[in-house]
Amino acid sequence: MSSEVARHLLFQSHMATKTAHMSSQVFDNEEKQKKENTRSLAMSGHVGFESLPDQLVSRSIQQGFCFNILCVGETGIGKSTLIDTLFNTNFEDHESSHFYPHVRLKAQTYELQESNVRLKLTIVNTVGFGDQINKEESYQPIVDYIDAQFEAYLQEELKIKRSLFNYHDSRIHVCLYFISPTGHSLKTLDLLTMKSLDSKVNIIPVIAKADAISKTELQKFKIKLMSELVSNGVQIYQFPTDDETIAKVNASMNGHLPFAVVGSMDEVKVGNKMVKARQYPWGIVQVENENHCDFVKLREMLICTNMEDLRDETHTRHYELYRRRKLEEMGLTDTGPENKPLSLQETYEAKRHEFYGERQRKEEEMKQLFVQRVKEKEAVLKEAERELQAKFEHLKRVHQEEKLRLEEKRRLLEEEIIAFSKKKATSEIYQSQPFMTPGGNVRKDKDRKNSSFM
Amino acid sequence: MKKRQKKNGGSPMDPLRQSPSRSSSRASSPRTLPCEMLGYVGIEAVLDQLKIKAMKMGFEFNIMVVGQSGLGKSTMVNTLFKSKMWKSTMPGLGVPTPQTLQLQSVTHVIEESGVKLKLTVTDTPGFGDQINNDKCWDPILGYINEQYEHYLQEEILITRQRHIPDTRVHCCVYFVPPTGHWLRPLDIEFLQRLCRTVNVVPVIARADSLTIEEREAFRHRIQENLKTHGIEVYPQKCFDEDINDKILNSKIRERIPFAVVGADREHIVNGRCVLGRKTKWGIIEVENMAHCEFPLLRDLLIRSHLQDLKDITHNVHYENYRIFRLNESHVLPRGPGWVNLAPAPVSVPAPAGPQANPVPPKVGGWAKDNSDEEC
Repeated sequence: MSSEVARHLLFQSHMATKTAHMSSQVFDNEEKQKKENTRSLAMSGHVGFESLPDQLVSRSIQQGFCFNILCVGETGIGKSTLIDTLFNTNFEDHESSHFYPHVRLKAQTYELQESNVRLKLTIVNTVGFGDQINKEESYQPIVDYIDAQFEAYLQEELKIKRSLFNYHDSRIHVCLYFISPTGHSLKTLDLLTMKSLDSKVNIIPVIAKADAISKTELQKFKIKLMSELVSNGVQIYQFPTDDETIAKVNASMNGHLPFAVVGSMDEVKVGNKMVKARQYPWGIVQVENENHCDFVKLREMLICTNMEDLRDETHTRHYELYRRRKLEEMGLTDTGPENKPLSLQETYEAKRHEFYGERQRKEEEMKQLFVQRVKEKEAVLKEAERELQAKFEHLKRVHQEEKLRLEEKRRLLEEEIIAFSKKKATSEIYQSQPFMTPGGNVRKDKDRKNSSFM
Repeated sequence: MKKRQKKNGGSPMDPLRQSPSRSSSRASSPRTLPCEMLGYVGIEAVLDQLKIKAMKMGFEFNIMVVGQSGLGKSTMVNTLFKSKMWKSTMPGLGVPTPQTLQLQSVTHVIEESGVKLKLTVTDTPGFGDQINNDKCWDPILGYINEQYEHYLQEEILITRQRHIPDTRVHCCVYFVPPTGHWLRPLDIEFLQRLCRTVNVVPVIARADSLTIEEREAFRHRIQENLKTHGIEVYPQKCFDEDINDKILNSKIRERIPFAVVGADREHIVNGRCVLGRKTKWGIIEVENMAHCEFPLLRDLLIRSHLQDLKDITHNVHYENYRIFRLNESHVLPRGPGWVNLAPAPVSVPAPAGPQANPVPPKVGGWAKDNSDEEC
């Protein structure tokens, strides 16, 4: 209730300062140049474009909002509970096991609606972070995941037929880094992970389970943490202080970083109302009590004041950095060899041309090779054919010779047959004269002998 | 996704191919679970954050007025934005009309209740003034495409600016002379070409020379003309998203083209000070709905649809241009030195070769344009 009123007051005061300090608006560099060409014009009446922000807002309402939170922290540190408490919902989730061999990221998208604002909230949890015995590869999956989301957006942007207004933006807008409440200092793993993530995503470190630290210890712990982060060059997200109305609030919040939070969805009766709290034998830790923990501050900063700025930073700083790196990797630059501004398209075209030429050449080569092989094969086949032909000739000749010989034999045989038949005829003549002479028996015997011989 | 495909398949001759189905685009996003919040969280504060950000950055709007000289274009712009944007040009008798169409742009920053608007008005003196007006739309199309080209070049840089200055023409107001009969061939030619590249709002200029009945009849005939020639003026039917939009926009579509009168002098009528034109037979009040439809035009352009105009320019027209430009380069691979901005591609060669299928109607549209140029 109070936050709502506060919000309205905030906006009203913002409007007041705007109309009062019109001339002190800060233009971008480009607009400074244009200012020479543009003149401010006084209008003599009410035109009506003050409704422009409302038109913008109604379009955004129609489109809906998208917000992606990445929670990095060890298993059991209270990530899911904190998210539940932040958004006052019970997101479906079960406790994760401690025995995963690798760090995995689990993303879940929820649709929330408050009055007429639709929010598509994606919560990405690191499962198994800090559980392994060897934690060297713990942060790499996280970095890879963030890069993968940027890559997906970049691919969509580079498409020819693209639909960016339709695109479900999955880039991580904020990373809540959960620090365990040891009371001493940052763990090495924390430092390493944050160092590798700080140029890719907005990091907000939070001290989890803050009810385990006493107030004095907490103060010392916070100072220690911040100094360690600064000395190691880790860039965490600073709440923006360039806009007058929210500058003061943000600046003071910057001093409270990292936020010490307690999460709980259980309700406990305190006084005569039910509040979200954790009940201990020695007392009740109220989540929304500013004296007990910084939860309200976190919620204010994360959702009510800076959600849009977080999205903006992700898009204009982190994503652009990724895009620039990626494109430079691909060998595309903005300026050509003579330092003339070369457009992306041109270099892309030049490369394409190059590759095209390359491909042509390779094709030619392969064609040549193919033709050569064909020729060889053809030669081989011709050779074989010739051999075959020779063999055929040879065989034919042999065959001819055989045939002649056989002809010879046949002729001989036929002559013999004729001779035999002659003899047969004469022997039959002799047989048909049986009573001619007594010596005929001898002759008969002789003939018989002859005929039997024949 | 489904909604978009249905629209695309419905009218193959639709010159405006893509329709940005913004609201019901859930199919492309991952599976979402609706969740009930048990109390107030403060998510709607993001609307205020948006407003603050928008007001800090300021708004930009680029409008182009096209019409023959003497139709009251400059006066209309002055009336719309209630300031002396232009000095209404009344060329002396000795001044020759310019031989070629030269576009003039002027930029102003106007502010109202803390909202800063950077307004750029492009005038087209000499349009349709020559004896032979063939291809008088070329410089205009060239200018519009040039603005798209500038934006495209900025967008594909490796190190981009944080906020790309938007000089693309968001709206083109076309002034139809109040003949009372039909649209002239020049009008039809121009509108056909332009409605594919930019949001066009036709208006009947100098409507005080027509009576109310004549106005209605003229309006109906113009609407018929537009329908016959397939000219889709703003607000385009294919971009209506939900039923509220449809109802709102149909009301507007019934009244297009608005019959407007422009005036930048003030007169006293019944004790009130009003903008109007004083004639011997009475004072025509510009802001009076009974006299002319200027309030409708102003409301459409400024109060209700300004953001929509910008959105459609960015999501549809600019994307179409980008698709065309990127496709073109693939078909005809050229080396460095390819990008030349002067003159911008107006008479577009119909892309030959195996064209990627997503844009067949667009190709047809451009090819049609080309064939018109050739004959």
